[in-house]
Amino acid sequence: MGSTAPAEVERPSSDVRPDLPWLTIVWNDPVNLMSYVTYVFQTVFGYPRQKAEKLMMDVHHKGRAVVSNGTREEMERDVQILHSYGLWATVQQDK
Amino acid sequence: MSAGFRAARDGVSVHLDAGEVSILRSLVSQVLGLVEPGATGDDPLERALGIGSATPPDDPVLARLFPSAYAEDDEAAGEFRRYTEATLRDGKRADATTLLETAAPGRLTLTSEQGQAWLRALNDVRLALGVRLEVTEEVHEEIASMSEDDPRYPAFVTYDWLTYLQDTLVRALW
Repeated sequence: MGSTAPAEVERPSSDVRPDLPWLTIVWNDPVNLMSYVTYVFQTVFGYPRQKAEKLMMDVHHKGRAVVSNGTREEMERDVQILHSYGLWATVQQDK
Repeated sequence: MSAGFRAARDGVSVHLDAGEVSILRSLVSQVLGLVEPGATGDDPLERALGIGSATPPDDPVLARLFPSAYAEDDEAAGEFRRYTEATLRDGKRADATTLLETAAPGRLTLTSEQGQAWLRALNDVRLALGVRLEVTEEVHEEIASMSEDDPRYPAFVTYDWLTYLQDTLVRALW
């Protein structure tokens, strides 16, 4: 850090927390098949079958699961790809 | 009824009879018709850039095919929709078109890429039917106990057949 910092440093507002990662959530729905959802997680994220199946079971039994995390832009990209496969996915900030 | 998809050299294969192909083509064409017009705005520049409407579609089928990306933030959901829905529509159109161009009676062999397009197109049809028929996770059991005289029966049997076809396609592509 240099010594020429301005006297007044603007503080980040309390609701902006860039250190918090964003999440992609997949929600349960009655149409998407268990086999298909597992296949999509493997194809889109490159997850091994076991991890993809665990996430699919979480969606199925708990109603939703966090399937990826990262920057907001990355999560929006993931959601867009999941929507192209017909999965019900949303972006939210980790809190 | 078709024995479903099987893994084949360099792709997948399936045997469909003329009636099955006819049903598939009809349903996929209907989804294509729903997706086709797009909700892009009137501004020609925005249209050229693929920028569309920020408002979710009124039709529950379209709302399911193009869900909101933010559950609790309508403004962020609207912005996301404006910039992504046109691309999503293009993708669904391309998948449906691939199915319509390749579906034919008899033994059919698809490349893995075409198989993936079929997979998404079949899913879109199932999502559309699922919304219209208000299916639940117990749909298979529901059909088993449904009277054949029930006016919903043919549609539910078709839905069940599509489910079977899609499931065999997933397993053939794995």
